[in-house]
Amino acid sequence: MRQIGQISQIRRANYQPIIGLEIHIELKTKSKMFCGCPADHFGKPPNTQTCPVCLGLPGALPVPNRKAVEWTIMAGLALGCQIPGESKFDRKNYFYPDLPKGYQISQYDQPLAISGKLGNIGICRVHLEEDTGKLVHVEKATLIDFNRSGVPLMEIVTEPDLTSSDEAKEFLQNLQRIIKYLGISEADMEKGQMRCEPTVNLEIKKGNLTVYTPLAEIKNINSFRFVKRAIDFEVQRQFEEFERTGIEKQAGNKVTRGWNEQKGITILQREKEEAADYRYFPEPDIPPMRFERKNIEDLRKKLPELPEKRARRFIREYGVSEYNAAILIENKGKADFFEEAVSYARELEKPPGTKAIGDWIVNKRVDLAKTSPENLLKAILAKAGAATLDDSELIAAITSVLGINQKAVIDYNNGKEPALMFLVGQVLRRTKGKGDPGQIRLLLEKELHDDKKR
Amino acid sequence: MKLNELTIKEAHEGLRQKKFSSLELVRACLGQIKRLDPKINAFITVCEREAAKEAERADKILGQKPTDISARPLLGIPVAVKDNFCTKGLKTTASSNVLADFIPPYDATVVTKIKDAGAVILGKTNMDAWAHGSSTETSDFFTTHNPWNFNRLPGGSSGGSAASIAADETIASLGSETAGSIRQPSSWCGTVGFKPTYGRVSRYGLIAMASSLDCPGPIAKTVSDAAILLRIIAGKDPSDATTSSYAVPNYLEKINKGTKGIRVGVAKEYLAVAENEIKEAVLAAVKTLEKMGAKVKDISLVDPKYAIAVYTILQRSEVSSNLARYDGIRFGFGREKFGQEAKRRIMLGTYYLSAGYYEAYYLKAQKMRSIICRDFEKAFKDVDVILGPSAPTTALPLGASKDHPMFGEMMDILFEPSAIAGLPGLSLTCGFSAEGLPIGMQILGPQFSEELLFQVGYAFEQATDWHKRKPKL
Repeated sequence: MRQIGQISQIRRANYQPIIGLEIHIELKTKSKMFCGCPADHFGKPPNTQTCPVCLGLPGALPVPNRKAVEWTIMAGLALGCQIPGESKFDRKNYFYPDLPKGYQISQYDQPLAISGKLGNIGICRVHLEEDTGKLVHVEKATLIDFNRSGVPLMEIVTEPDLTSSDEAKEFLQNLQRIIKYLGISEADMEKGQMRCEPTVNLEIKKGNLTVYTPLAEIKNINSFRFVKRAIDFEVQRQFEEFERTGIEKQAGNKVTRGWNEQKGITILQREKEEAADYRYFPEPDIPPMRFERKNIEDLRKKLPELPEKRARRFIREYGVSEYNAAILIENKGKADFFEEAVSYARELEKPPGTKAIGDWIVNKRVDLAKTSPENLLKAILAKAGAATLDDSELIAAITSVLGINQKAVIDYNNGKEPALMFLVGQVLRRTKGKGDPGQIRLLLEKELHDDKKR
Repeated sequence: MKLNELTIKEAHEGLRQKKFSSLELVRACLGQIKRLDPKINAFITVCEREAAKEAERADKILGQKPTDISARPLLGIPVAVKDNFCTKGLKTTASSNVLADFIPPYDATVVTKIKDAGAVILGKTNMDAWAHGSSTETSDFFTTHNPWNFNRLPGGSSGGSAASIAADETIASLGSETAGSIRQPSSWCGTVGFKPTYGRVSRYGLIAMASSLDCPGPIAKTVSDAAILLRIIAGKDPSDATTSSYAVPNYLEKINKGTKGIRVGVAKEYLAVAENEIKEAVLAAVKTLEKMGAKVKDISLVDPKYAIAVYTILQRSEVSSNLARYDGIRFGFGREKFGQEAKRRIMLGTYYLSAGYYEAYYLKAQKMRSIICRDFEKAFKDVDVILGPSAPTTALPLGASKDHPMFGEMMDILFEPSAIAGLPGLSLTCGFSAEGLPIGMQILGPQFSEELLFQVGYAFEQATDWHKRKPKL
């Protein structure tokens, strides 16, 4: 078999991968989806976190976890989804030894969230279901661990809007960041807290005709890197298969393929996906859920500032570069650390610039676990103090700018925030662009406040 | 009078006044079981030792803290429990070979509630396997016989619970109903059976038959006993999301208010289904209530025959899903142990839910369910309660269900509409056939009208002597 990436450019131009993603994310609620057992199951001794409900014992009944429902709605809102006023749970009936009730409680035709968008990628739906137990294969036997059984599992389904493995990887990283910002899951792929199943096929142009290859859903992927590799492999494989057989997509020929990490290939697991009939019907043990507009708006208010928005604000308010902003918002902890350092700086007599703080965190690869925002500032001041514009020069520029821009000063004192940015611009003009806008901003604020007090 | 013949009310008073001990009461019941149950077969499990131990514990409390009895209305009183309620450490089979050795690690909510009220669990009663049937003939173990005539069926699925009450083997019992499983055996055994509003009583720990319909309820010797039991088991349960937080009244408070001015509807469609003898007994009961001041009105309801189709589709669909967990992997035996009736229901339900058929069956049945609900709502604008026959026949001979896969559905025709609508219904005896078999009537009301149903039932019981008749045993 040829290596991936060796397809000639001419051929490449004739086909386009079509990729949709199905993502499962375990929510880190305290208790499981339908019972009081702890949801945190990673590394726990087998079958120590179970009860009649998550073991599917006769007579046991599910009671939905309110927090999990709210978090799923919040995830939907963060992905720009609509939240329908009514939702319900359904039973998805199938047999597997890790599924104790013989059905999974999931959502079929009324998911909690629909029709969203993340970047350019459409979000088809976000729904809530329960995780299954885990099969452990030992010599001559298969054991079942039900600690994971009933853990809340959020499923996100995208539209088939992705066209490359890189785009898929980027989308997933972006999504993971949002989920972590929401604080609803660690979304660690290697721990199985986030799982991705891409569905891939190709659109091929043959003269005036457009044809499609059969859909393949890829399972068993446990890292971002493998998402990319599995999709790349599958694209290549489908192209070759089509060249060889000419088989096109049709009802009933969707296949399931498993990613084999050792061999770096996908392997056919199941043909005729359409034949699986889950006999969905409304879960009679759980009444339908109704949401008032107000409930939804209250949840919307609980949303934290999401990474992309925060990055834009860092650029605007603190003057950090686009590149550094992207690194600062990588995880919520780092972004929070940066902002804490900035607010601490505001209290200093001679603060370092906000841009400088950001640069320092990024360039020095500060280990956030080993330092505090306060110590970070001390380090910056000690080493970088000299590198900034001479203070007296800067103070002179500020004093002069404040003196001749009284209208802006009054505007600012009357609460017109943009006036400050205008003054920063004026100072920078006077220093011919030298100096840190963030630092100037802080100094200006200090000056203006002192001014007010006088 | 023998102690085992007492009602809850009488037993409670006797214990309070120290006329006898709980141990004596329990022994009287165990004695009756020993004497009669080899012929009746009401019990799958009898907890002889445990019950005696519990009775001794109750006697201790009665001796040391006699005031406790007011807070615990079942203190020291024997109760028989249908074998589809999970009982911690006590075998629970649902009369199926699949669960022949299943010992639950937890108590059903209703079991916890009666235990908290002080009840002594006497044993677990026979039923149709998985509650699939109206005869106890689908039990994988044995058929229960009707105490009024051992060649007759007790009805089902709560046949063991009803027979144990009729034979005075216990003071009180718990049954469950999906559509008729409390009321139909009550009608055939001459007991009082109460099917509560759906969601009034927790299903947690009740082995599911059709989840959107299942309802635990009391089977008792008198209307007031049923009221006492229901008050204990009813209420919101955090473990059952379908229970209602609607407050549980003290059903005894207004039970003797009589029937003056109460509007009683009689549906011709229901009378038309019943045998002549039953029809006459029910009409006589209507006359009795009328004499007591009730306002009787002829009404019309959707023909109950439509409910059979709706019920069959919804129930089989849910059954096919609810029985999926019995795979023999974690507990119980494997699927090869399922009896014929369970297999039939699983196959039919699986078919109803299959892609391409779902719309034609399940969805259509749900629509018809709404029509039946609205039909009752309309009727209850004009009347307060509806009175009609319970089962369309008196107890049928043993073997009657054997070759009829739809036996249960036909026997339960008059219970299915109200069950589908989630309404409460009270079945009590309103006469006897020429053969000496009990005839049951039922009183139906709107959702959460339990209090009113007890009131009407109690008034009728006070005015008649039917409930005092006992089978010659």
